[in-house]
Amino acid sequence: MSGHDSKYFSTTKKGEIPELKDELNSQYKDKKKDAVKKVIAAMTVGKDVSSLFTDVVNCMQTDNLELKKLVYLYLINYAKSQPDLAILAVNTFVKDSQDPNPLIRALAVRTMGCIRVDKITEYLCDPLQRCLKDDDPYVRKTAAICVAKLYDINAELVEDRGFLETLKDLISDSNPMVVANAVAALAEIQENSSRTIFEITSHTLFKLLAALNECTEWGQVFILDALSKYKASDARDAENIVERVTPRLQHANCAVVLSAVKVILQQMELITSTDVVRNLCKKMAPPLVTLLSAEPEIQYVALRNINLIVQRRPTILAHEIKVFFCKYNDPIYVKMEKLEIMIKLASDRNIDQVLLEFKEYATEVDVDFVRKAVRAIGRCAIKLERAAERCISVLLELIKIKVNYVVQEAIIVIKDIFRRYPNTYESIIATLCESLDTLDEPEAKASMIWIIGEYAERIDNADELLESFLETFPEEPAQVQLQLLTATVKLFLKKPTEGPQQMIQVVLNNATQETDNPDLRDRAYIYWRLLSTDPEAAKDVVLAEKPVISDDSNQLDPSLLDELLANIATLASVYHKPPDAFVSRVKPAVQRPEDEEEFPDGLDAGPSELSATETEINASPARGPSNVPHVPTKAVPTAAAPPPAPVPDLLGDLIGLDNALVPVDQPTVGSGPPLPVLLASSAGQGLQINGQLIRRDGQIFYSFKFENNSLTPLDGFMIQFNKNSFGLAAGGALQVPPLQPGSSANTLLPMVLFQNISPGPANTLLQVAVKNNQQPVWYFNDNVPFEVFFTEDGRMERATFLETWKSLPDSHEIVRDLPNSFISNMDATLEKLAGANLFFIAKRPLRDTNQEVIYFSAKLPRNIPILVEITVLVGRPGVKCAIKTPNPDMGPLFFEALEALLK
Amino acid sequence: MAGAASALFFLDLKGRVLVWRDYRGDVSSSQAERFFSKLIEKEGDPGSHDPVVHDSGITYMFIQHNNVYLMIASRQNCNAASLLLFLHRVVDVFKHYFEELEEESLRDNFVVVYELLDEMMDFGYPQYTEAKILSEFIKTDAYRMEVTQRPPMAVTNAVSWRSEGIRYKKNEVFLDVVENVNILVNSNGQIVRSDVVGALKMRTYLSGMPECKLGLNDRVLLEAQGRSTKGKAIDLDDIKFHQCVRLARFGNDRTISFIPPDGSFDLMTYRLSTQVKPLIWVEAQVERHSRSRVEFTVKARSQFKERSTATNVEIELPVPADATTPIVRTSMGSSVYAPEKEALLWKIKSFPGGKEYMLRAQFSLPSISAEESIPEKRAPIRVKFEIPYFTVSGIQVRYLKIIEKSGYQALPWVRYITMAGEYELRMI
Repeated sequence: MSGHDSKYFSTTKKGEIPELKDELNSQYKDKKKDAVKKVIAAMTVGKDVSSLFTDVVNCMQTDNLELKKLVYLYLINYAKSQPDLAILAVNTFVKDSQDPNPLIRALAVRTMGCIRVDKITEYLCDPLQRCLKDDDPYVRKTAAICVAKLYDINAELVEDRGFLETLKDLISDSNPMVVANAVAALAEIQENSSRTIFEITSHTLFKLLAALNECTEWGQVFILDALSKYKASDARDAENIVERVTPRLQHANCAVVLSAVKVILQQMELITSTDVVRNLCKKMAPPLVTLLSAEPEIQYVALRNINLIVQRRPTILAHEIKVFFCKYNDPIYVKMEKLEIMIKLASDRNIDQVLLEFKEYATEVDVDFVRKAVRAIGRCAIKLERAAERCISVLLELIKIKVNYVVQEAIIVIKDIFRRYPNTYESIIATLCESLDTLDEPEAKASMIWIIGEYAERIDNADELLESFLETFPEEPAQVQLQLLTATVKLFLKKPTEGPQQMIQVVLNNATQETDNPDLRDRAYIYWRLLSTDPEAAKDVVLAEKPVISDDSNQLDPSLLDELLANIATLASVYHKPPDAFVSRVKPAVQRPEDEEEFPDGLDAGPSELSATETEINASPARGPSNVPHVPTKAVPTAAAPPPAPVPDLLGDLIGLDNALVPVDQPTVGSGPPLPVLLASSAGQGLQINGQLIRRDGQIFYSFKFENNSLTPLDGFMIQFNKNSFGLAAGGALQVPPLQPGSSANTLLPMVLFQNISPGPANTLLQVAVKNNQQPVWYFNDNVPFEVFFTEDGRMERATFLETWKSLPDSHEIVRDLPNSFISNMDATLEKLAGANLFFIAKRPLRDTNQEVIYFSAKLPRNIPILVEITVLVGRPGVKCAIKTPNPDMGPLFFEALEALLK
Repeated sequence: MAGAASALFFLDLKGRVLVWRDYRGDVSSSQAERFFSKLIEKEGDPGSHDPVVHDSGITYMFIQHNNVYLMIASRQNCNAASLLLFLHRVVDVFKHYFEELEEESLRDNFVVVYELLDEMMDFGYPQYTEAKILSEFIKTDAYRMEVTQRPPMAVTNAVSWRSEGIRYKKNEVFLDVVENVNILVNSNGQIVRSDVVGALKMRTYLSGMPECKLGLNDRVLLEAQGRSTKGKAIDLDDIKFHQCVRLARFGNDRTISFIPPDGSFDLMTYRLSTQVKPLIWVEAQVERHSRSRVEFTVKARSQFKERSTATNVEIELPVPADATTPIVRTSMGSSVYAPEKEALLWKIKSFPGGKEYMLRAQFSLPSISAEESIPEKRAPIRVKFEIPYFTVSGIQVRYLKIIEKSGYQALPWVRYITMAGEYELRMI
């Protein structure tokens, strides 16, 4: 059935436009039609044929459906550039919207909605009103979507003309496709409105569930996506919905399956019966596995979603790890995601098989994949204590193959394994040392040097090994220099003999006088001072026992995970970022080719990846001191770009100038949940800092992500904190490697308390200053999340609790209502609070009400107890909270924290 | 969660826009073109890149088909699964229309392309992708009639995949049960993963609106009916149905009932993850003689019953990239050296059950090579075959009832075949 339309592309002569004009005005139908086709062909290849507007519109009144469609298509493309002439088309549109043929009625109203010209929009209302009540469902389903179009152009008009009510009526339409499109339109309108427009009630729920069985596969996706937002009133309600949705898991369309999974997971949160939950998990597993037989792109989306699902409900796929084994021909992006899930599902039971697979992958050709496989072995070692030894022996086997990048990757993970299991596997150090001279990557080198320093006393020739690095000290990257410095000091403290003494002289000299890296210099001076004044104190500091690490990489924060699970199948679930991080509410100006010529680099001016939207969000005045007028970060390319030229030329230039393209899955590599932005890259001349205070293993850390979106490399990062209510200050140097343009680094800065306490009432403001060697000092503010101060030993016996409560005077009791707080599931909440070191003591029902009173204890550093009493009706918003503490001015801060935890 | 596509692009291999349809006016074709050209520039082959990419506030999702990329751009948090799948459906529809979707066919049919894009998606929401029904009211030039077309009832009907008024002189149904065996055997001979993915492929030539009911030897169903299931019933892990099957009904009593589309379609697919004994077992021994010669000894054994016969067996044996001058002897079949695949293909037309065949091959290697070079990764041995009249799962079509109000008799024809899917054996 092949056509021969290509002939329309081959108009050659110079006078093309005048010639077309003649043909368009021809009296012969066929010639006219051919001319319109030529115009569309020209439009398709990007030629500007807007000057033919009047002539094309004149062809609109025709019985020929094909011709009409082409003219309509032309209108969609050029009406914007000829708004005054577009009005010529209105009459025909209105007439067509009353044509006896439903195809034409629908076509008219569909096209009118696509023409974003105010004058046309006004005339759309009456035809739309009629079409929404048309006899033919084909017209109604088109009109339903058209309401969303109109809302996008002019929301007020939609509300004034009562289209929303008509649209809501369509939910009860007899035709399932109309229902589905009405749901899609309403969901979109709701998304863009601040007030409640579309909420599924028990009545509409019934309608939607009925339509679900009958509408097309795409319509089913709309309905399921809408259903996933429905808040069931109780477990029964939830079970009911799940029962109606479960058959969708058998649908051949993967999108229907994923959206059904989303609905089921949402409703499962409310279902209390463990039997029902277990049964549902069992039902969801096979469809999830089958998604892996779909097209690779779909597999990719499925895998990113499965990654989320196994974090929340690990049992679903616990026995299915084999299906995630990589096939030889899987595209690399599928393999990478499978690997991630394999790590998550690895357990003592299947680890042997998993290791065999990882080992197989570690000999494949794709370097990134191989590295990830090696790292995966390390992560399994850290995750599964009983399998650690087997993991290590596999790593050693891989090192023996002597493939350079495998060795380096293995050494990096072995360093982590040492941190996780101190004094267990050091016997392998000798093997590692054999590969010393093949190391050329900074991270691998630094890791190896750390190992040598840490275990200097067990390595006979530690001094020789370190010495071999010293020769090139000045040329090494900062990361390696810092490790060399520390390792040499460790060596000296452990073996204070002549050799190491000489080495330390060389290193300290190099690190203080020959360098301009302030981090290195400062650390060297501190060591120097320590060693010269009190070697014993130096030992206490440098050789202090390190906290054991754990594998929490790639675990998402629970609240983020909740949000992402509610967004299964959507982009948020693919990016593992909340929608706000990449969708900007501000509608960008409609960009037509003409517009773009005025702003050659329009929307592309922002930095790469997601920061463009973040920039927009954070440039709002609310951001405080860090707010600087929004300047496009990449001003240079914009200025240097040649005058507006046809697309291909511009492209060439952009490619040369711009390395903005960063694979979007980067956030998953080794990072936890996304951190809030502290310094937007628009305010930091391209430097973006994300960060948050966190508590880990009994210590407070500042978790940072530094991202260099500027055009120059940045290095020598340092940090300083202003006086604050808690005396928070850096407990070590900020370890940020030099950042190349377009790269980023994550770091954990240990924090100490009670250093520089600012007087006055306690508040959570933390003022931070960061500098580097290339840029001015950046100042920004952060809010201290109060819960990071809750210590791990805050659990109290019941008796102690009662006693303490009684012993504190009533003046130390503060009561507050938290109307926005909410407990939907008692067990989950208790677990969450315990995770934040807020420990559950007891619970009792309040007489004559359904409310419950729950008691908690927490402890602040310096042994300040906080006793908490919460009165709540489970499932209803509103929590009453009373606390008693010797330090009542901390009260407001505590409530703030609790409110955040009970969101 | 509401979210839709902003525009749909067809791009050529260099990243230039061939045809595009703007649905929301918030992404321009030059933006998309710029993005995709950069991607190609950077990655070389976008096929290895994540298919969902965010750039400057816009998400791009793309797939490749022949020499064309299909790409959707969106500014919202749209349903990625649905839109990517939609792109694949667009390919199906275009293939139905133009036989093949490629740069040339897009150009040759751009008028219909625009018409289809207008019908299949509205305001970025997927609407309708049934090629057969679409072609009832959107026709290519050759078939275009001057009568005004109306939307077929099916477009908005609950039965959106079949039009009314279809007539055949002879009412027939062909049902092919096709099972694909996927297997992965580790270098130590251990089966790492094995499953069977089956499909019931139907071709229907039935008049009117036939009600069909399919009976399988499904253990769950048979047990529910209280019948004995000894030996004959099977457990299907996951069943997926074509949209014509009433899922709620299946959920209730496991009855497979449907009004089929006209022509060919996949009625259902299923998966079995039980351990399958490899139907064809291949063992390869590799001997490197000094540095100049490598010798392969390959044994292929059929491990199914003697009454079945595998046909069109093809064993792809990976060989070193720099191997030359093959000398091959086989006890059955023929062999072809395919240097472009870095493999030796051993083809056996007919391979009865319970037999074993041998192949010996010798290759010359260049005498100069780095002694301690990285041992190169060898691809697994891959096997293709078909075994007619045989299923691994033992699935059986017990009956296919066809009831139409005109009361005609229809003849169902059932065939069974097993094929190799991803059938990989890793070499030592």
